[in-house]
Amino acid sequence: MAKFTAKPNELSKIDYTPPKTHWLETPVEIREHMFCHAAKPKDLETVGFPYGREWRPNDEDWKLPENWKTIIFEGMRSLLKKYRSFQVFMDICVRCGACADKCHFFLGSGDPKNMPVLRAELLRSVYRGNFTLAGKILKKLAGARKLTANVLKEWWYYFYQCTECRRCSVFCPYGIDQAEITMMGRELTNMLGLQIGWIAGPVANCYMKGNHLGLEPHTITSSMEFFLDDIETITGIKIEPTFNRKGAEILFVTPSGDLFANPGTYTAMGYLMLFHELGLDYTWSTYASEGGNFGFFTTNDMAKRLNSKIYAEAKRLGVKWILGGECGHMWRVVHQYMDTWNGPADFLEEPVSPITGTRFDNARATKMVHIAEFTADLIKNSKLKFDLSRNDHLNVTFHDSCNTSRGMGLLEEPRYVLKSVCNNFYEMPEDTIREKTFCCGSGAGLNASENMELRMRGGFPRANAAKYVHEKYGVNMCAAVCAIDRVALSTSFEYWVPGVAVCGLHELVGNALVMTGEKERTQDLRLEPLPGKEVAE
Amino acid sequence: MGSIVSLIAVIVLILIAYTGVKAANLHFLFGVVIPYAAVTVFLTGFIYRILKWASVPVPFRIPTTCGQQKSLPWIKQNKIENPSSPFWVVVRMALEVLVFRSLFRNLKTQLTDGSRLVYGEAKWLWLAGLAFHWSLLIVLIRHSRFIFDPVPSFLHILEQFDGFLQIGVPVLFVTGVVLLVSVTYLLIRRFFIPIVRYISLPADYFPLFLIIAIAITGIEMRYFTKTHIVGVKELVMGLLTFNPKTPEGIGWIFYVHIFLVSALFIYFPFSKLMHMGGVFMSPTRNMVNNSRVKRHVNPWNYPVDVHTYEDYENDFREKMKSAGIPVEKE
Repeated sequence: MAKFTAKPNELSKIDYTPPKTHWLETPVEIREHMFCHAAKPKDLETVGFPYGREWRPNDEDWKLPENWKTIIFEGMRSLLKKYRSFQVFMDICVRCGACADKCHFFLGSGDPKNMPVLRAELLRSVYRGNFTLAGKILKKLAGARKLTANVLKEWWYYFYQCTECRRCSVFCPYGIDQAEITMMGRELTNMLGLQIGWIAGPVANCYMKGNHLGLEPHTITSSMEFFLDDIETITGIKIEPTFNRKGAEILFVTPSGDLFANPGTYTAMGYLMLFHELGLDYTWSTYASEGGNFGFFTTNDMAKRLNSKIYAEAKRLGVKWILGGECGHMWRVVHQYMDTWNGPADFLEEPVSPITGTRFDNARATKMVHIAEFTADLIKNSKLKFDLSRNDHLNVTFHDSCNTSRGMGLLEEPRYVLKSVCNNFYEMPEDTIREKTFCCGSGAGLNASENMELRMRGGFPRANAAKYVHEKYGVNMCAAVCAIDRVALSTSFEYWVPGVAVCGLHELVGNALVMTGEKERTQDLRLEPLPGKEVAE
Repeated sequence: MGSIVSLIAVIVLILIAYTGVKAANLHFLFGVVIPYAAVTVFLTGFIYRILKWASVPVPFRIPTTCGQQKSLPWIKQNKIENPSSPFWVVVRMALEVLVFRSLFRNLKTQLTDGSRLVYGEAKWLWLAGLAFHWSLLIVLIRHSRFIFDPVPSFLHILEQFDGFLQIGVPVLFVTGVVLLVSVTYLLIRRFFIPIVRYISLPADYFPLFLIIAIAITGIEMRYFTKTHIVGVKELVMGLLTFNPKTPEGIGWIFYVHIFLVSALFIYFPFSKLMHMGGVFMSPTRNMVNNSRVKRHVNPWNYPVDVHTYEDYENDFREKMKSAGIPVEKE
């Protein structure tokens, strides 16, 4: 495959005029750099997914099982009976078009099938043809069509061009949520083994090893050693975290990405420093070493299977409650799914901050608290001392992650923390933040490298807003409470708006946090000189 | 293409009623049999669809949150956009249903200067949608003067408001005009906004043409040919008391009007017009965002295979021990 080389000024020439031919008559063209490689058969086998095989998305023959249509129709029938969202969303769309220009993939590509309404119609047209009276009688006049191999390819191509960000759902007069439809579409593709490698790999890893990256227990502890050494270099303080410790008060779960890849690792350092300073009685787990859940991008069952480890481990270790790190889809799952799947968590206690005594009533059933809630409470109760000047080299903006905004409503907590730890904070334009925030462009398991054009197109609206504050206020750092954001936005900003780096909330907390017994700091968590300390180097 | 098919379909419907009454004298069929059938299909179809939706479980609590959650007591929650109690869900839904709250948020996103996205106001769809639905409702309520004898006082008050412009005799009802203008806008935007045109199906044009034809025939009867109102009322009362009759002297336009309305009623439960019921059943809007406070139960939740801690420790026991991680079995 040729490398993706298109320049930003070429990619931003976007034509929103729809093609001359009607979408029902425009066959899908599976374009290089817009899709991910197929899943490896062994990854599907590891978790028992069917029809693992060698196939390539741009091959003519996808080696589908002979009875694939039956599988799809049976699958649709079953999903329609299980999810009211799916059934209602198949039936009530009036095609008003309010969602059309809300999707980052449409705004970045101009491809009309990326309008949420059309992406849904790809599935709806088959639904109408096979499950509705009007569709069966009126056929094409009712917007119905037959299921063919090309239609299936079209589904696959576009359901893996949706990051389940829910922005369309905010604007829909009926709340129709393309994320739900994409999730159903992905359930269907999964029934035929049409999973992508970038999702199937992490899922298999997470199932067997406890985390997406496939870090084995000793690798987790040894990669943590690097952070601990860096923290010692910066602060002079030696931190000794514990793993799989029974009897700890709190189990801490965070996405594994933060243990391995920059800039997430700096966020992990921030956690370690904060917990140490608080003297928190907590433990990491190598078994439940993943907050994120790529299973959520395959099937409901798989998501539940991966998620089960968190409660199971909390029970085994006998902790009182669970604290969750910064991650987007992890929090959609923890907030809206976990208790339903794997609860009730009656073996845990209602979360109470051991430092402030605050009872987290909003998590009294699930018993899992978001770290932004936890830290905001600490700051409000003046339990932390900060030296804000250590973040003075940064002009910071905040990117709301899709899932925490639209699947939870965590908007003010991270902002409160940010404003408490840095002097220079600037919001991106109003229509691109909070519930109207734009996806990084690589969520829902699409942050591979072979689909770079797709990712850059999808990341365009977010990067565009970042560029605005970069030029207007000199913003050079974008904070985000999501591990995928930290990786994906770094790539996207490097492409669209060089000069804006990405960090986690708790990296900035770690920078500013005044720790008991620390030496005079000259470096930030990235080991770069602090403002005014350059000479001291 | 889709629009032409739909327009032809409506014209055919008009011709059927016209020839049926004018040439074949099928007054009873068009005035009695078809309206009865239409109401029957509408009611059974509508109820069937609602029951069908209601019979499907809502396995997860998935509200789309459009504002600050309820978390720490000193952080101001957005109770309407992120409700944490049923009362505020009712408020959210009321705003959704009565004033189209989500559509009000609509933005127009444009690419300017070659590479900058800008977001502008886009309220026309909201305004036209709201004007259309409300005027349609009021027009419908006004029609109840045909089924009440004597006409109740609230209708007189409604008519007074509706006719406040006091133009002409009979007095011009504003809602009739608003209905026609707004539905025409909703049609025209499907022709002229390229992406909306691209997504539009015959099923989108058909109800618009049908409602336009219904409105025009209605307005025509009220203001121009001045239909035989006493006869119409007699016919409607006959239908309601199951003592149907077709009085003399009612013009063919009335039969076209009531036939088109019947067509709309029959079409309704099979079509996207069911959004009228569906808007109340959308899980992203009608649920409380309290999933961490109160466990939501999925009726079809079943056990799944998991990779237990024991399996995990068996895979990695030696590595864990050498890394100093505690294990269950030595």
